[in-house]
Formats: sequence, structure tokens, C-alpha cells
Amino acid sequence: MTSRRNWWRTAIGVALTAIMLFPVYWMINVSFTREQDMRKSPPNIFPFDGTLAGYSAVLHQQLPYLGTSLVVALGTVALTVLIAAPAGYSLAKLRPRGAGALGFALVIAQMIPAIIMAMGFYAIFLNLGMLGSVDGLILADSTIAVPFGVLIFTAFMTGIPEELLQAAHIDGAGTMRTFWSIIIPVSRNSILTVSLFAFLWSWSDFIFANTLDGGGAHQPITLGIYHYIGNNNQQWNAIMATAVVASIPAAILLVIAQRHVAAGVTAGAVKD
Amino acid sequence: MSQTGIRRTTPGAGGKAEAAPPAPARRGAQQLHSRQWAAWAFLAPVTAYLLAFYAYPLYRNLDLSLKNYTVESFVQGNAAFTGWANYAAVIHDPTFLPALVHTVVFTVVSLIFQFSIGLALAVFFIRNFRLSGLLRALFLVPWLLPLIVSASTWSWMLNSDAGIVNFALHYIGIGPVDWLTSPRWALTSVIIANIWIGIPFNLVVLYSGLQAIPDDINEAAAIDGANRWRAFWRITFPLLRPVSAITLLLGLIYTLKVFDIIWIMTEGGPAGASTTFATWSYQLGFANMLPAFGPSAAVGNLLIVMALIAGLIYIRVQRRYQPR
Repeated sequence: MTSRRNWWRTAIGVALTAIMLFPVYWMINVSFTREQDMRKSPPNIFPFDGTLAGYSAVLHQQLPYLGTSLVVALGTVALTVLIAAPAGYSLAKLRPRGAGALGFALVIAQMIPAIIMAMGFYAIFLNLGMLGSVDGLILADSTIAVPFGVLIFTAFMTGIPEELLQAAHIDGAGTMRTFWSIIIPVSRNSILTVSLFAFLWSWSDFIFANTLDGGGAHQPITLGIYHYIGNNNQQWNAIMATAVVASIPAAILLVIAQRHVAAGVTAGAVKD
Repeated sequence: MSQTGIRRTTPGAGGKAEAAPPAPARRGAQQLHSRQWAAWAFLAPVTAYLLAFYAYPLYRNLDLSLKNYTVESFVQGNAAFTGWANYAAVIHDPTFLPALVHTVVFTVVSLIFQFSIGLALAVFFIRNFRLSGLLRALFLVPWLLPLIVSASTWSWMLNSDAGIVNFALHYIGIGPVDWLTSPRWALTSVIIANIWIGIPFNLVVLYSGLQAIPDDINEAAAIDGANRWRAFWRITFPLLRPVSAITLLLGLIYTLKVFDIIWIMTEGGPAGASTTFATWSYQLGFANMLPAFGPSAAVGNLLIVMALIAGLIYIRVQRRYQPR
């Protein structure tokens, strides 16, 4: 009785998921569609006589963009963890005076629209000659992830048992030593969560890329797609193939770290 | 992920000051002093970072909005101080009122649909069934995709001649709609795409909120003979109110600043029909032949004020509901 009922729920669940993911399917379908079939009516629902022309265009034109995105995303991850992990440790375990004000500043920081940050960064980078540089883009992208990172690290590290730290203290470990040898190894999961999100946000960033790196020699994949849309309106299989490739990190992330993704969404939202 | 429900999350940075555990037992004042020193040494990078990469850009933005910057003075940095002139110019601009209306409509309509669809799905998924974990994970996909990917996919789906949406409408006898190219539909189109992107976030957060409600409460309701629908509105929904409030407020903050989707799909057009504060600010500063940095920064600052009002309400609500 119950199991039959559950099958009924599974069927509805599958149908709802299919509706929700239809745009994703359509992106994949269009990426395989031949150009002459692109405006056919009715459109091809399945890519039966499909083409790989779109993907070959990606291979020939978009690899540098993908490389830049990878460098920028990894740089953002490193910078974010480097700054956020010590801060999380301090806020969670060292009880600094003025922590409330800092925490408040971090929450507020998350609310500032990126478009406004982009404007400020543009003015600064222009004067420093950093427009169009990969370093500048890493710096700007990290602002999306650092406040989130500190909040996640604080939440996770608060849960580390005091006994563990006291034991280290008795063994003569200083604050620095405790951080490196105890806090960091124990916090592997939170480091992974923060890194995943920092990577994904930086990889997906369009606003900073477009404002700060629009004329740069090395541009990320989001701009690769954007130029495609602007330039050749007709080559939708190439545009969608690039979009599919640009979605690969999100897909990998979901497969290897689904638990952490959901944890991150919830913690980021309801966090503390 | 189920363990990461609402109840597990600890009071942290947001309400840190009052949440701090009692100070360590009386030790030497010197030790306490050195401990403070260590604490701030670990906070030094993030403090410097916030000052350099948040406070300073914001200061530059404020500076831009209060001076009469031209391309030349932008580089040389000798613009004349003009006080509120940029703000006055922006408020009297014919774009101001439509942009305000679009921002409000975009935000409110997006939130209503994201929240109610997210809640319905959370209620559906909370009863475990075969594949429910996998399907719930798949629902995250729209939220994880780069916005440019989602926006360009929707652009093609909503294409007037070749889009699948118009084909489906044609199939049920509705004439072609110029989703992105007519002023009548442009705002609707970007709202649809934005709802799609926002549903996963609402689903995940509300789901974890539902998980935090003890099973015995629902069981007690079932024993009392309350039917499901009534039990939901009378018991579950009120218990979910704190999480709902937080979800909506965060959604409000996120939605106010949406830029990518609108810019990629319509560039705020046609004829300004989908211009919001975010796209307007960008357009003034970056997309015109002669960039108007001052007015652009002024619009941006108005947007910040809106986001901060929502943000302060959010912090208040969160503290009120914080289990002590």
C-alpha cells in the first residue's frame, strides 16, 4: 500500500524535475542542432541528426577563455580561503573584542550589489592601471566569496570541541600552531564547501568580468559566451555548446559534493 | 545535508557580540591581553581586506556620485564637488520612475513565485520517496549554472521566430509572442527566467526549515484528525514563519541586485521596458558612448540604500528568531 503510494510520488517528482530541467535539456539539444535545422518548425526535440560543429567551434575558439576562467577561479579560491579561514578561527574561538561589529560588517558586505562594487573597482583599477588584468579580476571576484567564507568558517569552527583546543594548549601549542595543526585539518569539510562556492561564483562571474576585464588580453568564459551572443547571432549551436562546457564545473560540483552544496546554500541563508 | 537544518546552525558572526560565551575564567590580565592580540592578528587579513576592497570601492562610489566627473577628470581625479546634483538629476530623469516601478515589479513578482513554488516543492519533497534525494539534487542545477548560461538559454527559448516557447504556444493555438523584442513582454520574460533561477534556493532553504519541525507535531495533528491541508496552514506554516521570513528577505536582497540576467537577455530594453536600477546604473556608467559616472554612481547608491533597508530588517528578524 505505502509502496504503491510512494511510486506515485516518484512519478510526480520525476515529472516536476523534467519540467524544471527542460531549459537545461534544451541547451544541450540546441548545442547539437545543425545550423540549417535551427529555425525549423517544428523544432527537433531530439538531436537525432545532430552535429558536433558547435563543440568544434568551442575547441577552436573558446579554449583560451576557459583557461583564463580556470586560473581566475583557482586564484579566487586560494585568496578566499587564505583570508577567511583565519578570520573564522578568530571569530569562533578567540573571542576578539569588536567581533560583533566585524560580523555586522560582513553581513552588510554581502548585501552590496556587485554592480556598485564594479563601479568602485573600475575607478580604482583605472588609476592603478589594473583594468583588464587577471589579478584584478581575482581580487574583485573574491569579494563575492570572502564574507560568505568567513561566515561559514565561523559557523563550522564554533562546533569544534573546546577540549581539543585545550589539549593542544596543555601540550604547549600556541595559537598559530593550534590553527595549523588542529583547526585546519578538522575543518576540511568547511574548507571544501567554501572552496566550491568560491570557485563556482568566480567561474560564473559576469559583472566584474564585463566591467573590469572587457578589454583585457585574457578574458573568462562568461565573456566568451557574451561576445558570441553579440557577434554571430546565427551560430546558436556554438553558443549553446560553449554554455554546456561552461556548465561543466557546476555539474561536477553537484556530482562530487552535492551534500556540501546544499549545506552551503542553507548555511549561507540561515547561517547565523 | 539533512543535518544542516536550521537548528544546527550556531549563532555566529551576525549576532556574535551577544552570543559570545562567557569570558574565560580569571587568568592573568596579561594572558587575556595576549589572547586579544592573537585574535586580532588572525582577523587582520580580513579587516584589511574589507577596508581595501569593500570600504574603499564604496567610498570611491560615493565620491563619484557627489562630483561632476567627466572622462578626463575621472583619470586625473580633479572633478568639481557638486553635492547632490547627480542625485537630483537622476531623480528628475524620465527613466527614474519606470526604472523604480520595474525594480519593484521585478522583485515582488519574482519573490512571490519563487517562494510559493519553492514552498510547494519543499512540502512535496519532505516526504521521502524513491529517488527523492536525487531529484532534489537535480533541482539545484538552475541555481548552480552560470547566469550567462541560463540567460542565453532562455533568450533562445524565448526567441520570437525559432524559440521553443512560441512553438509550444502555437501548438495550443496561441499566436507568437515577441517575448524579448516587444516592450510589453520584455519585463515578463526576464521575470520568468529569474523565477526559474531562484526556485532552487527557496526549495533548499524551506526544505531544511521543514526538516527542523519535529515529526511528532505533524503526527499529533494527524491523530487529531486534522486533514493535511488544514494541518499545513494551521501548524506547519506558522512554525515555518521564521525561515519563511528569512528566505523572503534574502530573496529580496538578491533580487534587488539582479543585473546579469536582465542585461544579457534584453539590455534593459526594448525602449527601457525592462530597465531596473541595476541595469540603469550600468548603462549610465559603462554602456554609453560618454559615460556618466556621477549619475551612475548615484543610481547605484540609491540601490544600496534599498538593499540596506532590506538587510537591516533581515538582521532584526534573524536575531528575533534566533533560538537562545
